[in-house]
Amino acid sequence: MIEIVNWKRGTEVKNEMKLEFRAVSDNEAFARTAVAAFVTQLNPTLEEISDIKTAVSEAVTNSIIHGYEGEDREENRVWIHCFIRNDVLEVEIRDNGIGIADIEKAMEPLFTTKPELERSGMGFSFMEAFMDDLEVFSGAGQGTTVHMVKKLGVASWIADTD
Amino acid sequence: MEEEFKVIDNYLMIRMPDEIDHHHSVYISKTADKYILDEKVGNVVFDFERTTFMDSSGIGIIVGRYKKIACFGGKVYAINTDSRIRRVLMLSGLHKVVEIM
Repeated sequence: MIEIVNWKRGTEVKNEMKLEFRAVSDNEAFARTAVAAFVTQLNPTLEEISDIKTAVSEAVTNSIIHGYEGEDREENRVWIHCFIRNDVLEVEIRDNGIGIADIEKAMEPLFTTKPELERSGMGFSFMEAFMDDLEVFSGAGQGTTVHMVKKLGVASWIADTD
Repeated sequence: MEEEFKVIDNYLMIRMPDEIDHHHSVYISKTADKYILDEKVGNVVFDFERTTFMDSSGIGIIVGRYKKIACFGGKVYAINTDSRIRRVLMLSGLHKVVEIM
């Protein structure tokens, strides 16, 4: 019998982190920095850290200014759930705000419902560009959950193909 | 963290903060517009020397100022951009309207 040995067995990394904070713009910097700090254990490159921070910042900003429409209420919260398995990071950012009726439309580059706030409409495009996978779960009045995945340690491959 | 605004001839120089997100962007945009109107400057220069982080809010700031001055023939410049800032600018197509140096 041939046994296939997974060389990574025994060194598998698993970790998890949850965060809850009030939906105010002062917390945007805190949120992305917290996720970046959590990812540090995977020895990410500066580039990867910067990608993750940007994506988290976009999602959290969306929750605050679109999900909760910029209203600061005690019960308006944003939840972040991070999960690490080996060199893959999963980040889930959730709010129970007004939700998105037309997700496809919302994800179009340059589409924004708040041009008066000078939102560029690039939030979801940035999340897509800086992470490896993006899924959005939402519906009118149902809050929004953004699920993103990033594999770390592939920067050197990508640099070659550039 | 302080942003600095300075008018030199027909140029408004804006020293961008170390982190540019939605939290900071409102203040930067408002202050810049005040200078553009009061001092009647034609061009805007964004200096990213200190900036280590920028999300799409930064794009909003730049596009917003561009719209204000472009109709009068003004130009927008981005200087001291590192590779990360440049990536964000390219990704949003801003390199077509902004002079990146």
